[in-house]
Amino acid sequence: MKLKINGKESEIRSAPDTPLLWVLRDELGLTGTKFSCGVAVCGACTVQVDGAPVRSCVMPVKALEGKSVKTIEALSPDRSHVLQKAWIAQQVPQCGYCQSGFLMAADALLRDKGKPSDADIDAALGNICRCGTYPAMRLAIHQAAEMKA
Amino acid sequence: MSTSRSSAQGNAPAPKRWGRRIFLVTAAVVGGGMAVGAGFISNKLSSNKSFRLDAPAGGGSFGAWLTIGKDGQVHVAVANQEMGQGVLSTAALLVAEELDADPALISASHAPVHAVYANPTMMLDGLPFRPDDHGAMASAARWTMDKLLRALGVQATGGSTSTRNTYLALRQAGASARAALVAAAASRLGVDAASLEVSAGKVIHKASGRSLGFGELAAAAAQVPIMGEVKKPEAFRLIGKGMPRLDIPAKVDGSARFGIDVREPGQVYAAIVHAPRLGATLKAATLADKPPGVLQVVTGKDWFAVVAEGYWLARSSLPKVQASWTDGPDAAVSSGEIFGRYGAALDKGELVNYETRGDLKAAMDAARSRIKAEYRVPFLAHAAMEPLNCTVLIKDGQCTVWAGNQAPTLVKWYAQKVTGFEADRVQVQTPLLGGGFGRRAEIDFVVEAVEIAKALPGRPVQTIWSREEDMRHDMYRPAALSRFEAGFDDKGRLTAWHNRIAGPSVTESFTRRLLPDAMGGMPDKTNAEGATFLPYDLPALRVDHALVPVPVRVGFWRSVGHSFNAFFAESFIDECAAAAGQDGVTYRRALLAKSPRYLKVLEEVARLSGWDKPLAASAGGKRGRGVAIAESFHSIVAEVAEVEVGEDGQIRVRKVFAAVDCGFAVDPAIVKAQIASAVVFGLSACLHGRIDLEAGAVKQGNFSDYPMVTLASCPSIETVIVGSDAEMGGIGEVGTPPIAPAVANAVFAATGRRLRELPLRMA
Repeated sequence: MKLKINGKESEIRSAPDTPLLWVLRDELGLTGTKFSCGVAVCGACTVQVDGAPVRSCVMPVKALEGKSVKTIEALSPDRSHVLQKAWIAQQVPQCGYCQSGFLMAADALLRDKGKPSDADIDAALGNICRCGTYPAMRLAIHQAAEMKA
Repeated sequence: MSTSRSSAQGNAPAPKRWGRRIFLVTAAVVGGGMAVGAGFISNKLSSNKSFRLDAPAGGGSFGAWLTIGKDGQVHVAVANQEMGQGVLSTAALLVAEELDADPALISASHAPVHAVYANPTMMLDGLPFRPDDHGAMASAARWTMDKLLRALGVQATGGSTSTRNTYLALRQAGASARAALVAAAASRLGVDAASLEVSAGKVIHKASGRSLGFGELAAAAAQVPIMGEVKKPEAFRLIGKGMPRLDIPAKVDGSARFGIDVREPGQVYAAIVHAPRLGATLKAATLADKPPGVLQVVTGKDWFAVVAEGYWLARSSLPKVQASWTDGPDAAVSSGEIFGRYGAALDKGELVNYETRGDLKAAMDAARSRIKAEYRVPFLAHAAMEPLNCTVLIKDGQCTVWAGNQAPTLVKWYAQKVTGFEADRVQVQTPLLGGGFGRRAEIDFVVEAVEIAKALPGRPVQTIWSREEDMRHDMYRPAALSRFEAGFDDKGRLTAWHNRIAGPSVTESFTRRLLPDAMGGMPDKTNAEGATFLPYDLPALRVDHALVPVPVRVGFWRSVGHSFNAFFAESFIDECAAAAGQDGVTYRRALLAKSPRYLKVLEEVARLSGWDKPLAASAGGKRGRGVAIAESFHSIVAEVAEVEVGEDGQIRVRKVFAAVDCGFAVDPAIVKAQIASAVVFGLSACLHGRIDLEAGAVKQGNFSDYPMVTLASCPSIETVIVGSDAEMGGIGEVGTPPIAPAVANAVFAATGRRLRELPLRMA
């Protein structure tokens, strides 16, 4: 089957029920999207499908025919996305492993809400970060929303 | 778990003292107190004479710590492993400071495995002496250990030691490289070295207006043998101020490479399953029909793995494997039974005494009133976001291991052991760690991955643990049980403190699995730390502990023994405060009158949190505020938590305030980030974390039943750094110990209910 990933059509060889996460990581070499829980709880594997955040560890690739997938590698070509700028300004990441998932979910949130409230952020980002970067992340999302405005 | 004013003395028999059974010459200490047999050490002693990094083409190598390229790029080799604590950046900062480098031209990466990068500080901290004990025995032990450990050369990250261990070495390396660059420039320009200045990566001759970049000088400067002088603190531009972290840009665009991201040509993937019950061993594992792309089933003593062309294919083939296991003697063990063993050990009273002040028996006998309490905490998993994984290629008599790990020396030793290769044929690469928290100081996941790769020579094999495997086959933070009795005189003053703790020795568990020929039966710091050397003015005190073996592998978990003993001791001191009718700050203030460093930290957190102002009432539930203070890894941290307890019994932590005295703060932003990180880590344990053993197996398996604090439940966290001229302390773990007791004390303030077990539950 063919899959549109980061604006490019790719021919996929993996079995159709393979979760998108493993197609990205093992077949296409897009390792920015991370494996952590495997059961759609932690959000480390979050990508966007037609602009909406999706947990790729439980999304069979066959369900994505005709849809457009965006991963962290395509958030911007040069770290110029407002969230990336704010993430750097607030020095958000620590170990960094969960950050791709947060950024992809936060990008979808900013598109949806423009200027999200704290409650909007809480509702949209149920992802897990073991380093506890949450307070810095919250500041960065608000800062990014300001930059975008 | 009851508190009662007791009239019976109930003192345990006098404990044995380990005091003089010291182990100076034949033992070394790893990660909090590991004892190593002398024979093992003599096999591993490595030449620690001189080591130089390879020079970049056209540039220069300035020894073990840095190189400078012909483009002026300064590259720092970092002895410690980056797992989120910012160590790559801090190491680079120290070198950049002394070099007066151009901040835009500095980079850092993990150093190769070599004894020159050893971390004796971590191991010295594990010696069972109080931090301020400079007596003959403590000093002799430290001196001997230091020599031994430097020779042994274990490179590792733990015990909140990274910056403390390399602070002077990195600065000295930077200062010497700077002096060499100046000497080379003086020679090139034909001027006196004293007439030259260094700024932003250039050596400048002000008088003539001429300057030379580091890149132009590097090759020649690297040949100049010279020792530079480190800067005086008043000349610091970066140290104490900080700089943006070097690892962050790659962590916002998916390009940061973790162990799990290693991709080598021809790479295949292994999915692994470990024994379903503690101590069980594998009888047989077979896969009748291998689907296309599935290469092999590899078996070990207590695990099997399926290797396939993709991880998903390997993982989804696991259920098709016919596996049978032989149960060991612990197949029926449960958490309840383990707590029973702890209680029995304390009842029996055969305890090891760790600390004594005054005459406890006399003080208890003279006490007008007493209180007693029992506390407990469960086992905990590390649950780093990046599940354990390791990539190994064995080809043409060479073995390469890529592993996010906290102890590259151990990784190398064990890869040698499994392959039978000499040291020069084993390479260890350490990519970034997606969290460590102590779990990646272990080598089980490396040993298994090397064994799997041995079955597929010539192919790089990446072994990945599922989240469930990672959680069910951890080296757990031990469950522990603690009993207290306090005595008060007729004025209500706290005059007697008796604490007895039961739990397994992390040291012994770690030592036994890593170094089977190591000595056992050593005094254990990990079980008692945080309960001992309390700063409070307690005229009579005794801290005893019972080391109770458990059939569960226990390991180092962020702040180790402090993670539970601070909860126990700082909750019980709050019970004493309540008994005296005082609030937590007022009560501690009086007990800390003779400990000015602690007192200052306490006053700062009280000020920051507005302790003296009443909390506003809330419609959302009962509000309360609690305080706790703890020293760990030579740093003192006090925290105040504000909680709200809802009608439904839900505990919400709304705000956390922290004050930290870590001596000198090299990078204040990183210090604050680490405190916030450690608070959140400790809060997940305080509110949610429990690993339960049932019928020989770990019940929890994923974040769905081992939940974490998330954005929605994360409090605001405000930290103030209290400057002091104390020796530099650690920072990675020190924010964790006070958070659970601060929250428990706040719950008591809000509701009048004293919760003595983690995770905290109202119902």
